[in-house]
Amino acid sequence: MPELAKATSAQELRAIVPKGELRQGKSEDAVCGVVPALYVEPADEAELAQVLAYANRARMRLVLRGHGSKLDWGTAPLAADLLVSTARFARILEHAPGDMTITVEAGVTIAEIQSAVSPHRQRLALDPLWPGRATVGGVIATNDSGALRLRYGGVRDLIIGITVVLPDGTVAKSGGKVVKNVAGYDLPKLMSGALGTLGIITRAVFRLHPLPTSSQTLTFSFMDLEAANQFMLAIADSIVVPTGLQMRTGAAGNVEVDVRIDGIAAGIAAQTDTVCKLAGSTNPSPPEADPWQARERLWHAAGSANIFKLSVLPTHLSTTAEFVREALGTNAQWTLLMHSTGLAWLRADAAGGVPIAVFIAALRSFLQPTGGSVVLLKAPPSLRQKSVDLWGNAGDALPLMKRIKEQFDPHGILNPGRFVGGI
Amino acid sequence: MNSTFIQALRSLVGEGLITSREELRTYECDGLTNFRVVPLAVTLPSTAEQVQAIVRLCAQERVAFVARGSGTGLSGGALPVQGGIVISLARLNRILELDIPNARVVVEPGVINAAVTQRVAPYGYFYAPDPSSQSVCTIGGNVAENSGGAHCLKYGFTTTHVLGLEVVLPDGSLVHLGGNTLDAPGYDLSGVFVGAEGTLGVTTKITLRIVKRPEIVQTLLAAFDSTNAAGAAVSDIIASGILPSAIEMMDNLAIQAAEAAVHAGYPNCGGLLLVELDGPAAEVDALMAQVKERCLKHHASEIRVAQSEAERMVIWKGRKAAFAAMGRISPNYIVQDGVIPRTALPQVMEEIERLSAVAGLRVANVFHAGDGNLHPLVLYDRRIQGQEHEAEQLSGEILRLCVRVGGSITGEHGVGQEKKMFMPEMFAEPDLQTMQLVRCAFDPGHLSNPGKIFPRTPLCAEKQGPYVPHPLEISGEAQFF
Repeated sequence: MPELAKATSAQELRAIVPKGELRQGKSEDAVCGVVPALYVEPADEAELAQVLAYANRARMRLVLRGHGSKLDWGTAPLAADLLVSTARFARILEHAPGDMTITVEAGVTIAEIQSAVSPHRQRLALDPLWPGRATVGGVIATNDSGALRLRYGGVRDLIIGITVVLPDGTVAKSGGKVVKNVAGYDLPKLMSGALGTLGIITRAVFRLHPLPTSSQTLTFSFMDLEAANQFMLAIADSIVVPTGLQMRTGAAGNVEVDVRIDGIAAGIAAQTDTVCKLAGSTNPSPPEADPWQARERLWHAAGSANIFKLSVLPTHLSTTAEFVREALGTNAQWTLLMHSTGLAWLRADAAGGVPIAVFIAALRSFLQPTGGSVVLLKAPPSLRQKSVDLWGNAGDALPLMKRIKEQFDPHGILNPGRFVGGI
Repeated sequence: MNSTFIQALRSLVGEGLITSREELRTYECDGLTNFRVVPLAVTLPSTAEQVQAIVRLCAQERVAFVARGSGTGLSGGALPVQGGIVISLARLNRILELDIPNARVVVEPGVINAAVTQRVAPYGYFYAPDPSSQSVCTIGGNVAENSGGAHCLKYGFTTTHVLGLEVVLPDGSLVHLGGNTLDAPGYDLSGVFVGAEGTLGVTTKITLRIVKRPEIVQTLLAAFDSTNAAGAAVSDIIASGILPSAIEMMDNLAIQAAEAAVHAGYPNCGGLLLVELDGPAAEVDALMAQVKERCLKHHASEIRVAQSEAERMVIWKGRKAAFAAMGRISPNYIVQDGVIPRTALPQVMEEIERLSAVAGLRVANVFHAGDGNLHPLVLYDRRIQGQEHEAEQLSGEILRLCVRVGGSITGEHGVGQEKKMFMPEMFAEPDLQTMQLVRCAFDPGHLSNPGKIFPRTPLCAEKQGPYVPHPLEISGEAQFF
């Protein structure tokens, strides 16, 4: 952004956000290496709507953030004239314990929701990464979900209402405050996983679930991937209703399966019994660390590592893991976490020797015949700005997705170029 | 133009074409019979290619089309449009793929809901969404309406169980939304398409998720003096952290009607609860004991647990036949589908009673008590001058009441033709305009089931800034319909 235009914008924005914060962008605001010219933190929805309408008229390119925990997911923005933060949208607006719903602003963290509802023995049955930092807006935009997805669904299944501000300043809500509601188009689902490319989320309503009375996790070690995959399928095909079922493997050749069963004591005992029978001669062993933190551990000291999100058929967990092992080669350092839903996360440290672009292309062509997909979530900035397609193929619906983008954001000001197919 | 157009249709579908006025009348309405429009023609394609060819022709000739399954919808969603055609998907009724290890089934839209469960039952699976019309309604119709049913309290709605869709867009192009794995890259368009009431295109193939049948299912009937007492028991059950697979409630009038129709053996009481638990046997046994305890605490006068699958079926038969049973006690009735926050139940029941007394019309109440989805049935007699109008008025008042307490005008029947004028009660103009952006992306020419859901047809042009209400709107002197 030219200095003169930046100064003018800053001056005009200043008048629009008397209560909020406006400053120059700093290097720590960078999104995938792109430093925004200006940074704004509107104080409320009205200020945000005015900021957007102004930016839209001025054709400024915007990048969006909550607390920035997943800010590097997605392609590098084409440009960043203004970073818009929703950090001040931090109020829990209404918890209705009897109705098991909660209405929150987009800057509230997942942990804050859990603390507000847990005294009522309730929870938001969603376990995204870094709940202490991850905001509601960011979790919706990135569609991040963890092991609980198996039993409770993902963001799309738990969100029942949303308010967004569109680039022209329109404040629009959709859905509502009741779990069962089919009035109008389901925009909460459209916004889930849209990476902020259609509007800025300001509020969301979620359904809640009861906190389980107790919970038990069993971990089983296997000699090979195929046996582990078969065990997981057998559990899915049994009377057991797990709230987490995952396989952990990696370059070291270890294969562990974790099963979590929630509920009342009698139910847990009976299901544990079934799980142990299905495991045959394999006995459960105590895990070294909380296995349900394994997804977060992939990001520990990740430095220049690449982290991928895979989606495969539940019957293809072991063949996919075998493929990864072969494609990365024996010298590579990698860790793979696979949920029984077919969602998986792979961390490959840079020292593998195989160029990432080659690996991702090979993995995609391996998964494509069975409808699987791969998204590169974390990659060094150098890779993000190159021609590596982080998102993969959106198929024949891509033109339709682009038409939706054009309707919501005709001037392409929101997170430009960050999403699928250059959206 | 009509005869050329009909000729062109015939060349696409051969004998799968209805044009005689007599036969067309079969398609003039859906389950909501007070709106009727005879379509120009009805096509009965047998393949996705034929559907695509029909839609292409419609796009070329700018003829509106309405897709239709079994026509059991209750909001006029499949009501034909004047001068438009109906695309019946009844012949696309094949179950194409069964993938039990991955718990997936691929079906055509004309497959009957119950047929999916029938097909996968031998493997120990079922298809969870169970609208009361499940023995006749189609999956395509369920997709359009995002159908629920009694068990969606635990298992979710149609949208929870749709992984991917093959769709013919209103311009005739064929696209694939979602997929057979989770989180396909890009916008969640299958999430948007499901529940769009056929306004975004025609689905030709659906990938569904099926669910492992629970170890046991137990169903309890509990009789209370009033719906308020029954409602208090429901709140208590939910507050204790139990998530039943279904909780249904019926008031005295509904019980009488159901008894007259199917002799389910329901106790004659002011508020009847049906609570179903499913899951691992040890857990269900323990939780059912807690449910009983809570019903007794709220003075249930009678508690029965079905002792056999046959007994369980009879209990459900009474509930699922409740709408049709109204015919036993009233010549005509209107079914509503409002939703309220569960905790507002006593207040809402009291208000419905008051409104019913003022209007001098009886209202029977059957509802999914677990999720606050009311089905008030307004009883009337069409032969009495003006009574139909009064019944419509009362029914509308009940919807407004639902919105006022923070609920919705529809939980599972859809907006369709019937409730589009109530959308502005629930959503402000900018909300509706924003939803229309989706319509403009999918169907800028408004050919796919036009005139449904929204009170006004959008202008699909570039947006010109935020909506500014007219001063008359602000003052309440005028409304946009």
